[in-house]
Amino acid sequence: METVDLASTSLRELNRRLHEPADGPRNWRILNPNGAHAVACGLDGEIDVEIQGHVGYYCAGMNKLATVHVLGNAGTGLAENLMSGTVIVDGSASQSAGASGHGGLLAVHGDASARCGISMKGIDIVVRGSVGHMGAFMAQTGRLVVCGDAGDALGDSIYEARLYVRGEVAGLGADCVEKELRDEHVAELVDLLARAGVDGVDARDFRRYGSARRLYNFNIDNAAAY
Amino acid sequence: MSNGAWHPGLRESYLYDRNVIAEIQRASREGIYDIRGFGAKRRLPHFDDLLFLGASVSRYPLEGYRERCGTDVVLGTRFAKKPLELKIPVTIAGMSFGALSAPAKEALGRGATEVGTATTTGDGGMTEEERSHSKTLVYQVLPSRYGLNPDDLRRADAIEIVVGQGAKPGGGGMLLGHKISDRVAAMRDLPQGIDQRSASRHPDWTGPDDLEIKIHELREITDWEKPIFVKVGATRTHYDVQLAVKAGADVIVVDGMQGGTAATQDVFIEHVGIPTLPATRLAVNALQELDMHRKVQLIISGGIRTGADVAKALALGADAVSIGTAALISLGDNSPEYDDEYRKIGSASGFYDDWQAGRDPAGISTQDDKLSARLDPVLGGRRIANYLRVLTLEAQTLARACGKSHVHNLEPEDLVALTVEAAAMARVPLAGTDWIPGRHSG
Repeated sequence: METVDLASTSLRELNRRLHEPADGPRNWRILNPNGAHAVACGLDGEIDVEIQGHVGYYCAGMNKLATVHVLGNAGTGLAENLMSGTVIVDGSASQSAGASGHGGLLAVHGDASARCGISMKGIDIVVRGSVGHMGAFMAQTGRLVVCGDAGDALGDSIYEARLYVRGEVAGLGADCVEKELRDEHVAELVDLLARAGVDGVDARDFRRYGSARRLYNFNIDNAAAY
Repeated sequence: MSNGAWHPGLRESYLYDRNVIAEIQRASREGIYDIRGFGAKRRLPHFDDLLFLGASVSRYPLEGYRERCGTDVVLGTRFAKKPLELKIPVTIAGMSFGALSAPAKEALGRGATEVGTATTTGDGGMTEEERSHSKTLVYQVLPSRYGLNPDDLRRADAIEIVVGQGAKPGGGGMLLGHKISDRVAAMRDLPQGIDQRSASRHPDWTGPDDLEIKIHELREITDWEKPIFVKVGATRTHYDVQLAVKAGADVIVVDGMQGGTAATQDVFIEHVGIPTLPATRLAVNALQELDMHRKVQLIISGGIRTGADVAKALALGADAVSIGTAALISLGDNSPEYDDEYRKIGSASGFYDDWQAGRDPAGISTQDDKLSARLDPVLGGRRIANYLRVLTLEAQTLARACGKSHVHNLEPEDLVALTVEAAAMARVPLAGTDWIPGRHSG
């Protein structure tokens, strides 16, 4: 286990070392992040990074292959553009968590704020608590699982992403509709919840949402929806 | 009225001319706004409204064919470990694979590389064709984030955060269904055949304070090697430029309203933004006010067609310019060679602007394999290189005439304006006077 204390080591030095080729340490512990931005961003190797404290914007941004575990809360743009690997946050995440993520798994064990999963492109996101407004805005592909409630305009202008919410949905956005929860979706949920380390939740309690595909090609009769 | 239909007694309305009448009729028939490519077609104050004061008794010129006039430029000297070193101050602007065919992107890269300048990706990610044929490639980070990945970020030579473009400041990208081929759909993680409307806001930052943190993240991911550009459409240019400097940009790209687009509502193209001429002066003033002129480099785009446009933009204080529409014309867009085919699809060479439709006879703004195959990327690359060389030679010609040994030595003092509007916008005197409208005397 390699330990780096951000109270005495610069962020630049930390990220430089984390970016070094694969023959370096595989297990890292980061102390005293104190809300720093861009902690452990751009990782590109099968390493495990544990961050003991709160992080600012863009923690684990554009991550590939690595597992990043935040023992605290995370600021805006957590795991933005995630490519692969896993990002786990024990606390809550601010807005735009998992934004434009292309792959991998993001697990938030607290709540996530507005625009969680915005523009998602293949990422899987599991939120143990609730998400704010505009969740999965313009979501393209991937899956968003919300064990609590979802704020207003969920799935606005959604494409092919699949959304699962266990609690209340304040409102659906343009072209987002509720869809039947079939057995294959329950199986998918069971797998996602297990991978995210969320237990005590019954997959059959969720409702599924997705695109009505009415706005895929412009039709003047739908102008009021835009 | 210019055609043979006119006879005494027929009087065309200035307010409701034939284009206006045709558009009202089209809108009533189709029930959707007009979407098209190209840039603003209305008459606007531009670099044509400025003239150079060549050397005479009070200044001496350089010999046109003997004395050297430098054209090199370095972009990204503020923070990046590896700034771009270009041989000419003209780059190729961002245009997406999707909007353009793969051979067109390859040709742009070939031409730019031959003359030692940069080309730029677009909304839709980086293709192998353009990476492998572009020695210097700027990678755009757009609101859509289509195809964005850290590997391409690291193999780019610079990063351009696109906030907006001159043709549609405040608007997102647009690619209509008939251009969403299987390859384009896969690169963008979208279903094939849909009308794709890109986001107009970035998904993970809002405002200049966030932008600063975003730039910092991109620098950390790329280990502070790459220059980071910020591109804005010209609107509140003074504030935008100063905020981009504050956010940590190495290079600022200001795209005037004449800037081109592959697909945008006509009402957007013609009615939003300010012309390139005042935008250039506003951007330079904003940098000078912060003592950052020449420290943060300025690239100007939007209607750059000739070496005169290049030279005038540089004289007003730009470090480089970018071309988009002109580059496509150089490749063969609107060529008389295809006039019969343009007419079959309701247009004509010299007028074609339906770049959104994907039926481009020249094989440039299309994803149709047969049409794309018409564009030979080697020949296209040669045309681009030729054109870039002519732009450079023309700019050098004007610079030497003004006695300058480098095109960057051109200055506003070398310019006068032909119109009161241009004098006010460029802040150079009206020709034959010392009057700069809006300048406070004493």
